[in-house]
Amino acid sequence: MTDLPVRREKTRVNWIFHPRVRSVFIQLLLVALVLLVAWFIYRTTSRNIAAQRIPIGFDFFWIESGFSISQALIPFSESNTYARAFLVGLLNTLFVSALGVVFATIIGFLVGIGRLSNNWMISRLCGTYVEVIRNLPLLFQILFWYLAVLAALPVPRQSISLAGDVFINNRGIMMPKPLFGEGIGIVALVLAAGLLLSLIVAVTSRRYRIRTGRRITLWPVYLLLIVPVPLAAFAYLGVSFDIDRPVLKGFNFNGGVRVIPEFLALLIALSTYTAGFIAEIVRAGVLAVPKGQSEAASALGLRRSPLLRLVVVPQALRVIIPPLTSQYLNLIKNSSLAVSIGYPDLVSVFAGTTLNNTGQAIEILGITMLVYLVISLIVSFGMNLYNRRIALKER
Amino acid sequence: MSIAFVRRETLPPLPAPASQAGVYGFFHARFFASPRDIAMSVIGLAALVLIAAPLLRFLVIDAVWTGANRDACVAVPTGACWPFVVAKFNQFIYGFYPHDELWRPNLVFLLGLLLLVPLLIPSMPWKRLNAALFLGIYPVLGFVLLTGGNLDPQRFVLGRFVDLAPYTGDHRLFGFRATFWADYAISALLLTLPIALIARLFGTRFSTSFKAMAAFFIALAIVILPVDADFGLRWVETREWGGLLVTLVVAVTGIVAALPIGIALALGRRSEMRLVRWASIAFIEFWRGVPLITVLFFATYMLPLFLPGGASIERLVRALIGVALFSGAYMAEVVRGGLQAVPKHQYESAAALGLGYWKTMGLIVLPQALTKVIPGIVNNFIGLFKDTTLVQIVAILDLLGQIRSAFSDPNWASPTTLYTGFAFAGLIYFAFCFAMSRYSLFLERRAGSSALRVEGAMR
Repeated sequence: MTDLPVRREKTRVNWIFHPRVRSVFIQLLLVALVLLVAWFIYRTTSRNIAAQRIPIGFDFFWIESGFSISQALIPFSESNTYARAFLVGLLNTLFVSALGVVFATIIGFLVGIGRLSNNWMISRLCGTYVEVIRNLPLLFQILFWYLAVLAALPVPRQSISLAGDVFINNRGIMMPKPLFGEGIGIVALVLAAGLLLSLIVAVTSRRYRIRTGRRITLWPVYLLLIVPVPLAAFAYLGVSFDIDRPVLKGFNFNGGVRVIPEFLALLIALSTYTAGFIAEIVRAGVLAVPKGQSEAASALGLRRSPLLRLVVVPQALRVIIPPLTSQYLNLIKNSSLAVSIGYPDLVSVFAGTTLNNTGQAIEILGITMLVYLVISLIVSFGMNLYNRRIALKER
Repeated sequence: MSIAFVRRETLPPLPAPASQAGVYGFFHARFFASPRDIAMSVIGLAALVLIAAPLLRFLVIDAVWTGANRDACVAVPTGACWPFVVAKFNQFIYGFYPHDELWRPNLVFLLGLLLLVPLLIPSMPWKRLNAALFLGIYPVLGFVLLTGGNLDPQRFVLGRFVDLAPYTGDHRLFGFRATFWADYAISALLLTLPIALIARLFGTRFSTSFKAMAAFFIALAIVILPVDADFGLRWVETREWGGLLVTLVVAVTGIVAALPIGIALALGRRSEMRLVRWASIAFIEFWRGVPLITVLFFATYMLPLFLPGGASIERLVRALIGVALFSGAYMAEVVRGGLQAVPKHQYESAAALGLGYWKTMGLIVLPQALTKVIPGIVNNFIGLFKDTTLVQIVAILDLLGQIRSAFSDPNWASPTTLYTGFAFAGLIYFAFCFAMSRYSLFLERRAGSSALRVEGAMR
């Protein structure tokens, strides 16, 4: 038996059919297309801008703004520049988002766990809350709180007064404002140092506990660092302290701090809306922990509280954190709906008023979008770090 | 050793303990299992009564049902003012669409319903045809009916370089302009030749590329023809549209336009070509990273600068472009989820059969991926439907915007007008979103049970 002759034929394939050639060609085509579109947009835009005599560049930042802002975390008046207005808007956005994230998380966790309750009444109430909140547009809810609830509160003369000189009326919440004299900065520094020190002690003691298995009671140390020490500094420095109370004068209140209704409406709506989504995430997370885990923990003799804290929650968090991150991002982005009720957030102050005054749409909207992109990136980066910390460490 | 006793039959089960069985057990387990439960039940019941009772009273018991103006409602400050809704109903649903032409949006609603309902019921046959009708024909038809069509385009491609009017003359038939269609035919031919030549270089036969080009231009003509034709419908500008009509137009256009954008971006994001992948990621993450309001501002203030003659593009159309880009990016992530859920062996089998990229995707992967993500698409649509309310910020009055603007009508100024408007808007939005979310849940359960079966078989 002879070997079959192997015919070696060099197959000649046209280079055009080579996958790499094709891939390079398609990518070049894409680049060309993108450049073409960019050039086209650049050309028409520069023509349109020239025709409409819109100024170009970022010089407008240093012009006097000429408008006032109803809530500013840093002092702001008509004579300040647009750059400062931008900063005020950005701070307001961050402020309402940060508070919203905190409240949404608290309400969301409560409702999500309530939905899993054995108590029929509680689980149904929480379920109804989730269904109603999630199936109504956020803008509807913001307008509802603003126009139907907060605007319906009594006028200042008939304010609802709470304890400690707090008044609620249709112009918002009036609260007493603490006035500190000189030296409060040092007290604040002492407090910050105390907090930092407590944190360091906590981390070290945790490491010690993990290494040796021994627990040290440390809460008196934290308490000492955070309360009496700053108070002592306060007394030692003799910082003057006064309270500026809101007082009804004529038709309105004078003095104190006013929380504007726009802020309240936005904060309530954002927190409750996002909480509806967080509740579902929490519920799914808790349900994702196998029943055997809690049964095994009970078999080991763990009571309900350590069972939840040490066994169920850490495992549930792994499922909860990634979708929770996107809910936080949604909340931050949704805070831009402030513009509909006139809360002076970034979009309202910068992409609204400033854009109308200067007409420089490209620069202003570009910056606004960039700011949101950067915030999103930072938040997701931070949450990813946290997620990595709690993620399952497979050994 | 002997065994004294061996039980030969199982014991009859004992009755359940009294705290678990019967009516008592039912209530015990759900309401009174512990003192803490009793307290929570009481608090829950109190909350329910505090919320539900005034709501019921406002919406039904104390409500005013008939009346011609505010007088009837001013008298009853604790009940809803339903005559306000009745009087403003057309405004809430159609905005200021001309009254004589209301049959047109109604017909669009009806056709949409007729096409959508069988599409949503899984057991209905002819899904492909149905989807093609709904996604392909219906948008064109809806456009013609709502706007009036008869766009009368002047030039196609060649006409931009050469003035053809002297050769063709000013002939028109049913609204078709001879100049344009002559331009279309010649341009189609002229464009086909170089493209076929380039394709030949890449080994595609002339006949294949001719067929493909012909199919493309015929399909394009089929879209342009009805839009160009003069059906004798009056032109209704989009600024006269409003209410639920605008809400639905924005939401449906957004989702229908998002599908092809999303599929293209999702494929791009999973492409092996680096530049394609990076471009897709950049596009998707940009639109997903910014709030919809800034997108709408972009569409309102920046698009007119970007496009020649941009200021003449109607406001609603500009907003639609923005919404389409925005929801396209979200759709891309949904579709990507589906693509990732298609098992690798499907790709490998397709490759083993000798299928190229487009055939693998079009025949094997995408059909499976898209079926998997239908619940995701529905959820996306719910989000978009809720988000359409934002168009009122750029002065397009959707349902909520119309209701809001009706508050300022002095004829209906009463203490309850505002609350009635909110109640009506809330009921409509809730009805739509709740129904859709239930539908999506139903699909998920259905898909879940079958997916479980497949996965179980594979393990």
